Amino acid sequence: MRDAVGIAAFAAAIVALTAWLESGVWLTFLMMTLYGALLAQSWNLLGGFGGQFSFGHALFFGTGAYVQAIAQVGHGANPWLALPLAVLAAAAVGAFVGALSFRYGLKGSYFALVTLAFAEVFRILALSVGFTGGGVGLMVPLREGAANMQFGSRKGYVLLVLGFVVAALAVTAWLRRSRFGARLQAVRDNEDAARAVGVDPFATKLGAIVLSGGFMGAAGAFYVQVFQYVDPAIAFGPHTSVEALVAAIVGGMGTLWGPLLGAFALHALADLTRNLFGQLPGLNMVIYGTVLVLIVMFVPRGLAGGGASVRDAWRSARRSAGHRDG
Amino acid sequence: MLSFDVLFPSVLNGLTTGAVYALVALGLTLIYGVLHIVNFAHGASLMVALYAVYLLKTRAGIDPYAALPLVVAGMFAFGYALQRVVINRASHGKDENILLVTLGVAIVLENLALMMFKSDTRTIDTAVTLATVPIGPAMLALPKAIAFAGALACCAVLLWIVGRTDLGRAIRAVAKEKQGARLMGIDVEHVYAMSFGIGLACLGAAACFLLPAYYVNPQVGGGFVLVAFTIVVLGGMGSFAGALLGGLLIGVVESIGGLFLGESLGQIGIFAIFIAVLLLRPQGLFGSRV
Repeated sequence: MRDAVGIAAFAAAIVALTAWLESGVWLTFLMMTLYGALLAQSWNLLGGFGGQFSFGHALFFGTGAYVQAIAQVGHGANPWLALPLAVLAAAAVGAFVGALSFRYGLKGSYFALVTLAFAEVFRILALSVGFTGGGVGLMVPLREGAANMQFGSRKGYVLLVLGFVVAALAVTAWLRRSRFGARLQAVRDNEDAARAVGVDPFATKLGAIVLSGGFMGAAGAFYVQVFQYVDPAIAFGPHTSVEALVAAIVGGMGTLWGPLLGAFALHALADLTRNLFGQLPGLNMVIYGTVLVLIVMFVPRGLAGGGASVRDAWRSARRSAGHRDG
Repeated sequence: MLSFDVLFPSVLNGLTTGAVYALVALGLTLIYGVLHIVNFAHGASLMVALYAVYLLKTRAGIDPYAALPLVVAGMFAFGYALQRVVINRASHGKDENILLVTLGVAIVLENLALMMFKSDTRTIDTAVTLATVPIGPAMLALPKAIAFAGALACCAVLLWIVGRTDLGRAIRAVAKEKQGARLMGIDVEHVYAMSFGIGLACLGAAACFLLPAYYVNPQVGGGFVLVAFTIVVLGGMGSFAGALLGGLLIGVVESIGGLFLGESLGQIGIFAIFIAVLLLRPQGLFGSRV
C-alpha cells in the first residue's frame, strides 16, 4: 500500500513537472533520466531480485528496437500495435536465453558471459542479414502525431516513458510482496535451500528473465520512437547493457527506488560534466568513471542502500538514546 | 575453395593471431584464477600498453621489440598499483562491486587516451613491418612470425613462474585456499597485487608483439575483451594450458570463419563456440585449475 502511494505520488509529480517545464533541455534531461531508469529497473528485476547478473541486456533492448522499427518500415504497422509485439519478442528472447542458460545451470560470471556473447551474436547477425538493413540501419519515417507515437513536443515522450517506468515500478513493488517475488529472492539468496523447500529455481528464474526482457524490449521500442533510427551497434552494442547495470548497482540492487535514484544521479553527473568540460572530449567521461569508482568505494550498498544504512544508524542511535533515557 | 594452398595460409595466419590472443587470455585467466575477478579493464589495459609502445617508438625511437622489458615492467607496476590502491579498496569483497570498479577503470583509461591522443587510429613503421618469410606455400608477415614465437616464449616464462618459483607456489596456494595460505604466512594482498601485475605484464608483452603489425586507438581493447573471455572459458577459467591452446584454436577459427563467411559474419564462429562451451562444458576443455 505504501509502495502504491509512493508510485502514484511519483507519477503525479513527474506529470506536474512535465506540464510546468517549458525548456527543451530540461524536458530532454527528464526523458533520458526516466529512460535510464527504465533500463535499470528492467535489469534490477533479474539482477537485483533474482541475483542473475546479465552483461548483455542490450540483447532484449535491441530485439525490441528492431521489432518496433521493422514492423513500421517493412510492414507499415502502427507503432502502438508494434509496441506489444516488441515487448513480446524481447520477452521471448529472454525465455530462450533463460531456458538455455538456466537449464544448464549457468550462474555468476558464466551467466554474465553467456548473455554478453548472445548480445554479440545478435549484433553480428543484425549486421549480416537483410531485413535489419545491415550496417546502414533502419530509419523510421517521420509521421508526427500521437496516433503514430511521434510527438511534436518532448512532453509526449516523457509521459510515454513515464508510463513504462510506472509499470516497472508496479511490477517491482509486486515482487516485494508476492509469492513469486519471495521465491525469486529465495533463489537469489540460496538456491539449494530454496529448492529444498519446494521452490522450482528454473521456473522462477525463467519468469524473472522474461519480465526483465519484456521491459527492456519496451525501452528499445521507446528508443526507436524517440530517435527514429536504429543500427546494430546502437541496438546490441555493450553501451546499453552497461548503462542498465551501472545505474541499477549504483542506485541499489533489489530495491524499489534504487534504479531510479541511480539513473538520476548518473544522468545528472554525465550532463554536468558534459556541460562543464564538453570542449575537451574524454574529460567528462574520465570524471564519470572516477565518480563511479568512488561511489562503489564509499557507498558499496548503492545510493538507496546507503540511505537505508544511514536510516538504520539513525534508528539505532535513537534506540540507544531511548535506552539511556529509560 | 578447400584447396591446401588457400587453407594453409589462413590457418597459419590464425595461429599467429591466436598466439597473441593466448597471451592476452593468459593474463585474464591468471587474474580470474587467483582473484576470481572478471577484469573488465583488461581490454583498456591492453590499449594503455599499446600506446606506451607507440610513444616509446615515436618519441624516443625505441623499437617495439627492444621496448619489451620496459613495457612489461611498466605494465606490471601499473597492475600492482591498480589492484592494491583501487580495486582491492573499492571492491569490499563483493563481485558486483569488483565488476563496477573494473568497468569504471576501463572508462577512465579509455577516455584519458581519448583526451591525450584523440580518436585517431595510429600505426608505427618498424624495420620489419613489411618483411615476409616463406613458410611452405605461404608468405607470412615477419612481425606475425615474431609475435608467434615471442608469445609462445612469454607463455613458457609465465608457466615457469607459476609452476616453479616461490612466488608461483604462493599464487597457487592463494588461488586454492585463501585462508589457509594466509595462516601459512603468505601475504594474500601482496599475492593478489602480484597476480594482477603479472596479468597486465602479459598485456605489455602482447602489445610489443602486436603493434608492428596492428594499430592503436582508444577503443582498440574492446575487440580483444570478448575474444579473451571466450578463450578463457574455452580453456577452462584459471587453466594456463587451456588458455594457450584455446587462443591458438580461436585464432584459427576466426581466420577460417573469415575466409568462408567474410570479416563480420566470420566472428560468429567464435561466439558459437563460446556459447556452446558455456552451456555444455562450462569447466572448459581443460578443466584443470591454477
